[in-house]
Amino acid sequence: MADALELEVATPERQLVREEVTEVQLPGKDGYLGVLPGHAPLLSQLGIGYLTYVAAGRRKYLSVHSGFVEVLPDHVRVLADAAERAEEIDVERARRAAQRAQEELLNPNLGVDPAAAMAALMRAETRLGAAEKKTA
Amino acid sequence: MPSLIDIRRRIRSVKNTQQITKAMKMVSAAKLRRAQDRVIASRPYGALLRKVLANVAAAVAANEQSGGDPLLARRPENRILLALITSDKGLAGAFNSNLIKAAQHFIAGRREASVSMELIGRKGRDFFRKHGASISGEHLGLAAKVKFEDLAAIAGKAMEAYRREEIDAVYIVYNEFKNAASQKLTVTRVLPMELPTETTPVDYIFEQPAAGMLSALLPKYVEMEFYRAQLESAAAEHAARMTAMDSATSNAGEMIDKLTLYMNRVRQASITKEIIEVVSGAASAE
Repeated sequence: MADALELEVATPERQLVREEVTEVQLPGKDGYLGVLPGHAPLLSQLGIGYLTYVAAGRRKYLSVHSGFVEVLPDHVRVLADAAERAEEIDVERARRAAQRAQEELLNPNLGVDPAAAMAALMRAETRLGAAEKKTA
Repeated sequence: MPSLIDIRRRIRSVKNTQQITKAMKMVSAAKLRRAQDRVIASRPYGALLRKVLANVAAAVAANEQSGGDPLLARRPENRILLALITSDKGLAGAFNSNLIKAAQHFIAGRREASVSMELIGRKGRDFFRKHGASISGEHLGLAAKVKFEDLAAIAGKAMEAYRREEIDAVYIVYNEFKNAASQKLTVTRVLPMELPTETTPVDYIFEQPAAGMLSALLPKYVEMEFYRAQLESAAAEHAARMTAMDSATSNAGEMIDKLTLYMNRVRQASITKEIIEVVSGAASAE
């Protein structure tokens, strides 16, 4: 059994991570998944949430939104629609987005699709959460 | 014979033009580097997507329920959507005219089919508007800052029409970036899709049903094709402009040399004439 995983995280615009890691946790569409080296091959859609991994003994955080993940015994490939490292997240912008989404949810007459507003709120809160974990 | 002043004025004007073309060349070189970086940055996702898609497709095929997705449905190509990616700005050599010629050739080669066009970029739009093609959409100003969402929206529209069976095939015509000196004119079919194949299928655990995964992955792949084409085209455009401006600059240099030579000859001639006048004047006075 291998004792390390190669984690690759990419969005259409760029590749964020390509590292040897010992542990990955990621948001599957139907709940979080924890992956250790030697995991059985698995395919899942990606939800909205935090992706954390441990590389060289240090835990790192990312926020990811939607996409796909392929798990192989020695490989994790994450195809995210959008992803950010915790240290890159613009907290101010995320906070504003969260606020706007909340207003849209509370005022149905603004004409915003509630599901879209909910998704926006979740994305913004995930970003904020990831940024907080980084500073914690 | 033009006067000295006329020629000097001409030289000055050519010099000014040369400065502009030189500056444009530098700007294009800088932009090219950035565009190239973006092409390279998009590659890992494309490669990963292809791998995952190949694996999922193999798994779905093993469960013998493939061919169900409407994006894989093959029909006789009677109605074709042609997406043409040109540049918004000119002064890029034969960049756009080659594309337009290729698009016209494409349409002429499919006389029995009706071709509607999705025009990305001002140059292609201007041309085909004038020439009365059937246009289903126009998109300007995407090349300056290529965004995935923009291209995904165009791809989404095409896929929607394909699913409703309003069109039978989707092609993209664009210039692929080969290197700084050359572009490769490319015509690719994006729909119906050709599934990438994997030689060794892996026995996956599927968190969601495989068929559902496949139909979620396919649109991503089509969106990525559009996005990649636009990125390539943007890089190729800067490369083409850089080459065009480089040759314009050296042409201007040649012209300046020629004009300078001519100017000196004119100056020499007028001096000679003056000397003759003085000498003959002196001779007649004796």
